[in-house]
Amino acid sequence: VEMSEPGMLIDIRASVPQFCNSPTMIVMVGLPARGKTYISKKLTRYLNWIGVPTKMFNVGQYRREAVKIYKNFEFFKPDNEEAMRIRKACAAAALKDVAAYFSKEQGQVAVFDATNTTRERRTVILSYAKERGYKVFFVESICDDPEIIAENIKQVKFGSPDYVDRNVDEAMEDFVQRIDCYRASYMPIDDEKDRKLSYIKIFDVGSRYLVNRVQDHIQSRIVYYLMNIHVTPRSIYLSRHGESELNLSGRIGGDSGLSPRGQKYANALAAFIHGQNIRELKVWTSHMKRTIQTAEALGVQYEQWKALNEIDAGVCEELTYEEIQQNLPQEFALRDQDKYRYRYPKGESYEDLVHRLEPVIMELERQENVLVICHQAVFRCLLAYFLDKPADELPYLRCPLHTVLKLTPIAYGCKVESFFLNIEAVNTHRERPVNVDVNRNPEDALQTVPDHI
Amino acid sequence: MTNCPTLIVTVGLPARGKTYISKKLTRYLNWIGVPTREFNVGQYRRECVKIYKSFEFFRPDNEEGLKIRRQCASAALNDVRQYLTEEGGQVAVFDATNTTRERRETIIQFAEQNGFKVFFVESVCEDPDVIQENIVVSLGSPDYTNCNTEEAVEDFMKRIKCYENSYETLDEVLDRDLSYIKIMDVGQRYLVNRVLDHIQSRIVYYLMNIHITPRSIYLCRHGESELNVNGRIGGDSGLTPRGKEFGKKLSQFILEQGISDLKVWTSQMKRTIQTAEALNVPYEQWKVLNEIDAGVCEEMMYEEIQDHYPLEFALRDQDKYRYRYPKGESYEDLVQRLEPVIMELERQENVLVVCHQAVMRCLLAYFLDKTAEELPYLKCPLHTVLKLTPVAYGCKVESISLNVDAVDTHRERPEKRVPVPVPSAQ
Repeated sequence: VEMSEPGMLIDIRASVPQFCNSPTMIVMVGLPARGKTYISKKLTRYLNWIGVPTKMFNVGQYRREAVKIYKNFEFFKPDNEEAMRIRKACAAAALKDVAAYFSKEQGQVAVFDATNTTRERRTVILSYAKERGYKVFFVESICDDPEIIAENIKQVKFGSPDYVDRNVDEAMEDFVQRIDCYRASYMPIDDEKDRKLSYIKIFDVGSRYLVNRVQDHIQSRIVYYLMNIHVTPRSIYLSRHGESELNLSGRIGGDSGLSPRGQKYANALAAFIHGQNIRELKVWTSHMKRTIQTAEALGVQYEQWKALNEIDAGVCEELTYEEIQQNLPQEFALRDQDKYRYRYPKGESYEDLVHRLEPVIMELERQENVLVICHQAVFRCLLAYFLDKPADELPYLRCPLHTVLKLTPIAYGCKVESFFLNIEAVNTHRERPVNVDVNRNPEDALQTVPDHI
Repeated sequence: MTNCPTLIVTVGLPARGKTYISKKLTRYLNWIGVPTREFNVGQYRRECVKIYKSFEFFRPDNEEGLKIRRQCASAALNDVRQYLTEEGGQVAVFDATNTTRERRETIIQFAEQNGFKVFFVESVCEDPDVIQENIVVSLGSPDYTNCNTEEAVEDFMKRIKCYENSYETLDEVLDRDLSYIKIMDVGQRYLVNRVLDHIQSRIVYYLMNIHITPRSIYLCRHGESELNVNGRIGGDSGLTPRGKEFGKKLSQFILEQGISDLKVWTSQMKRTIQTAEALNVPYEQWKVLNEIDAGVCEEMMYEEIQDHYPLEFALRDQDKYRYRYPKGESYEDLVQRLEPVIMELERQENVLVVCHQAVMRCLLAYFLDKTAEELPYLKCPLHTVLKLTPVAYGCKVESISLNVDAVDTHRERPEKRVPVPVPSAQ
């Protein structure tokens, strides 16, 4: 029976609809230096963060493993038969790994990152996918702006293993000739001949898009994401609220105001932000007093998002860890066993938090310079998105009070600068204890609880 | 969201779905809290020229007709200006053919003078079957009340012809500086150019997810729950025997409906899950379909809330849509968290949503275009299935009671304005 949309439910605890249906291959298309790897990595990071197991397969990687040393662009000449053989073999090896990822590793999406600039190559991939029941969605990046291409080459190609022994000018010259090798045989996706295919064409880094035959939910989300990202340089500043009264007494959650030190931090933050001289900074807070009070000190307009509220600890709201251990020792242990998925009774899990933060991430992608004043668990979720941290690390990321993180996208990732604003605060970070058994004794359970009043 | 008001301008030959899209988009934007209104130039023309004679009115050489049509467009733009600058409107949808570059240029200048952003939505379609279907909808217009179908269709086809010669589609090169989406063949393909801001990005996402394949959406609440019977709100209790009976009857009903490929969605609360279990089909649980969080009032009876939180109780009655339970949610919050459900409902075909009273009110308000004032008082009784089927520009609603008794959980808006008790000075 052929189903065009997902049917069976597999994970009933998930808050993102989980589909147990055909895996999807996202196939990149485009000349070198058109942002294919940039898009592949970003998309993979985003999909994994929202809970869709995704892996990227970069054919250039396979080529580097097959041909240890890259000599020069001649490898890519269309009449280089030896090289052609190797390149075809690499693509085939990558496809095999895609199949293994889907069948053995429960992968849901594979991003096949290569030029795929000929109709012939794309047909091979389509057949491969069809035989195995994979859906295929093409992402083609088209750009003829020489400035953008030069910038791309500078940002990512010079750092590539292929050019590690070359100076900048040599590298640039070689790369330009490399691009030329592909140009003659480049057949862009054709709006007439390929009208049955599912694809998005991105023109000039996103000023225009052509979208054809979106088949399902995940493709629709991918299109929406791709249409919201941009490459304009900017920085995202993440900070928690200033130290709160409840922080001081070691209590979680609640909606208390700032302590005197927290208020000092708010003023220090204002000075810091002013000193950064940021162009058109947007400031976002949650709906809770402590982030709002922190933002107030900045003396600028800010926007409140309910979605930025701290994780809801349900029945544990405003308790200390000692009280949770005393009253709900089993819950306490269960949380330590799987902190990402554990949901407080009548509350939320980190997994739920990621789901509710998704619109925040989408808007952060659209925006330029933004300062987000939020909470520990929320901060961890946002940070995990930007730094590509997996679910099991996310709930243990260190996000101390009174410290601003400045994230600046560069090349394929994110530069992180940490600024501690020199105002003392309690430590609210609780490391995973060694003993997570439900029958553990209180000392073991409370081993990692930070000091408080 | 955005400071500049936005003017959405439809473009396309008659019978390309412009009014369908305008109305749907307007309904969606209002539901998510963006004050939006549509301005249909055809409406203005009908008010001007009381009786529609024939397609000849639309002939490009009909000077009198052209003059009237230009005046109508101006009148509509005037009303747009008033709505966006004086009446708190955020988005105006200017629904007309706007098929010439000249007409669009006029609109662009108007927008520039007034500080409005412009976003074009063009619908291009050459599929004769689709156009035929659309014409049937257009024939429901007041223009054709006194014609028989054959005459009407013939006239309408000639009307379309009047526009065809002068039609200048949005051009990739000539119009490259404009912001627009071109929808081709009812959503097979889209061309999106220069999306400027958040609201345009949301509009594009929405337009790319809607479809016109016939289907039905079934909405119902969980079966009667233990807490329902005790008059308590919220909580996470299981079904009463009558609630379970509803589950069985629901299963029968669904079978009888003979729906192909029905998707079933529930919340993550026991009472909806237990109800879906009775259907014996796969179902998907959405946390965002959970009932409104009543915070400190969870599991209380209204009498208890009145006793313990009289001020809160009164405040809620004053503005039930925006009122947020302490440590809980408001209907307004609920709408925001249900937006992905609506988006996915738009993408899907036949779906049964088993949910809760407040949630069902929010979803219903979206489909039936109810205002924020009406939404929290929509009647959604237990043990009743609402079958929604899109038809023409709206939604046909069939209410099917499955004949299993249940308590009434509907609390009407109180008659008198309850004065808010002023806390005495201590």
